[in-house]
Amino acid sequence: MAEEPIIEVKDVTLGYDDTVVLEDVSFEVRMGEIFGILGGSGSGKSTLLKAMIGLLTPVRGTIRIDGIDMVTAAGAARQALLAKIGVAYQSGALFGSMTVLSNIVLPLEEFTDLPAEAIERIAQTKLKAVGLQAAAYKMPAELSGGMRKRAAIARALALDPKVLFLDEPSAGLDPVTSAQLDELILGLSQELGITFVIVTHELPSIFAVTDRVLMVDKEARRVIAEGQPQALRDHSDNPVVRRFFRRELAVAASD
Amino acid sequence: MDDTDNIAFDFQPDQNGRGRLILRGRLDRETTASIWRPTTHLLRHTRVPRLLVQADQVVYCDGAGVALLDEYRRIQKEHRGQIEIQGLPPQCRQLMALFGTDQLVSPPPVPGPVTGFIRGIGERAAGSVREVVREVSFTGEVFVKLVRALARPRTLRWRDTLVIAEKTGPNALGITGALGFLIGLILAFQSAAAMRQFGAEIFVADLVVVVLFRELGPLITAVLLTSRSASAFAAELGTMKVNEEIDALVTLGLDPVQFLVLPRIIAVLCVIPLLTVFNQLFGLIGCGLVMSLWNVPTEIYLDRIRYAATLTDFFGGLVKTFFFGALVAGIGCLRGLQTRTGPTAVGDATTRAVVNGIVAIIAVDGVFAVVYYVLGI
Repeated sequence: MAEEPIIEVKDVTLGYDDTVVLEDVSFEVRMGEIFGILGGSGSGKSTLLKAMIGLLTPVRGTIRIDGIDMVTAAGAARQALLAKIGVAYQSGALFGSMTVLSNIVLPLEEFTDLPAEAIERIAQTKLKAVGLQAAAYKMPAELSGGMRKRAAIARALALDPKVLFLDEPSAGLDPVTSAQLDELILGLSQELGITFVIVTHELPSIFAVTDRVLMVDKEARRVIAEGQPQALRDHSDNPVVRRFFRRELAVAASD
Repeated sequence: MDDTDNIAFDFQPDQNGRGRLILRGRLDRETTASIWRPTTHLLRHTRVPRLLVQADQVVYCDGAGVALLDEYRRIQKEHRGQIEIQGLPPQCRQLMALFGTDQLVSPPPVPGPVTGFIRGIGERAAGSVREVVREVSFTGEVFVKLVRALARPRTLRWRDTLVIAEKTGPNALGITGALGFLIGLILAFQSAAAMRQFGAEIFVADLVVVVLFRELGPLITAVLLTSRSASAFAAELGTMKVNEEIDALVTLGLDPVQFLVLPRIIAVLCVIPLLTVFNQLFGLIGCGLVMSLWNVPTEIYLDRIRYAATLTDFFGGLVKTFFFGALVAGIGCLRGLQTRTGPTAVGDATTRAVVNGIVAIIAVDGVFAVVYYVLGI
């Protein structure tokens, strides 16, 4: 695995209106890595993801993806930056008025000069990669939760991004479907060499797919741990981290 | 009713500052109400330093019963008294452990009526200013992007625009025509009844045609589009916002204004003048029907229309429709994009789109009335 960082988050503080959610967050994600952002509900992990994909401007700090600052990039630079990333949202966020295939065709139509048949062919290959070829002409409403997440990943892969952000990919899925999705993520990582940033609190997925994780905490409002998930589970001194990884009943969590 | 189906209490204070509260029967959500006030009132007033709650004759206890015992604890704590609950059945003890709390969370402080009123005015004023700034900024953004898109038509999503235009225009022909017909009919009937007293029913045509061309045709069509299309735009975009589809567009590098708003505005701008003419045409037919009932020959009616209506009236009305159309589509889209989260968010966005749209249309119509008057149109 290459050691070169593709994402650099430095001294980032995030918040909404007057409320600070996370303070002084700094970390790096290396190229080709599957990086997990963990934390309990309301800890700010999705807020951090929003900032990393450019939907939320940090109060301060810098977020660089492949050398381009997400906070200050505008116009063509921002467009170039957005072409390097793909995002699969928790709900799938597929465009409900289009078929699954059209959802994938859309970014290709908008950002390439490829002929229509080439675009459709590419979109079909993306669907095959996530095992959804048979659902190409279905509407998103006709898909199950797991299929929707796969379709969202296929759309996020449309422009061959360098980094794929997944927001709670296993949320709301049964254990088998969740495990299948984990396999898909591992497969895509190995075959395409894409860097993954996954926001999750699903322990089985964390241990199954992530190389390194970062944990944020609601009370501390900052990063409380970073490292390999197994190492954090077995050796972390932080009681919040230990409780999270060992699923201990958190009577003390509210202490 | 069996005694065990009800609750009874007995309070026995002694001279050593101790009090014994004996409870008998069921402590559930139906029976607890009967002893809540009497017992808590008693404890507050006697303020016994040591309270013994004897609960060995309690046969059942649910969440309401636990809340009552908890209230006793709180009252004792308030005046620094002690409390001991004795003989509580095991099932009730488990519930106490689960639901019992020493500290109640207080509701956030509510400002007094005067402070709250003043603060409310301030917050509303600040909110209105922010809203105006957002609307002006949105209008500017849309205008700039519209000009850019028209200069480079290939960047526009014409297929989407056509689909939206079809939904907004041809699909609304029936209701637009029906409404125009009824307005023409009612207007003619009401005015003819009055004017006939003076033998001037022939001039009803003059009145109706001018009103339809200059005011009511454009206004009714715009209000109809607001309730039909602005609400649809707000609901569509609001649902997309709630489903994170707008976020998905942004992270795909697609501009929601270019992708979603411009097709809607262009579609409405294309269909609103046509719908207005259709509305006016059916208004004239409705008026004609009334005139024929009053025995005014069709030739004379048509002659009056030609005489009374000028091209200035006709085009003066049509010019307004472009402004109305931009308002209808713009407000519908803006309210949709401003949708927040929650189950009522889309409904709220739709309501705001319709209300704001109608108010804006009438306000702009008033401005046109003044401008046309000044210009002598």
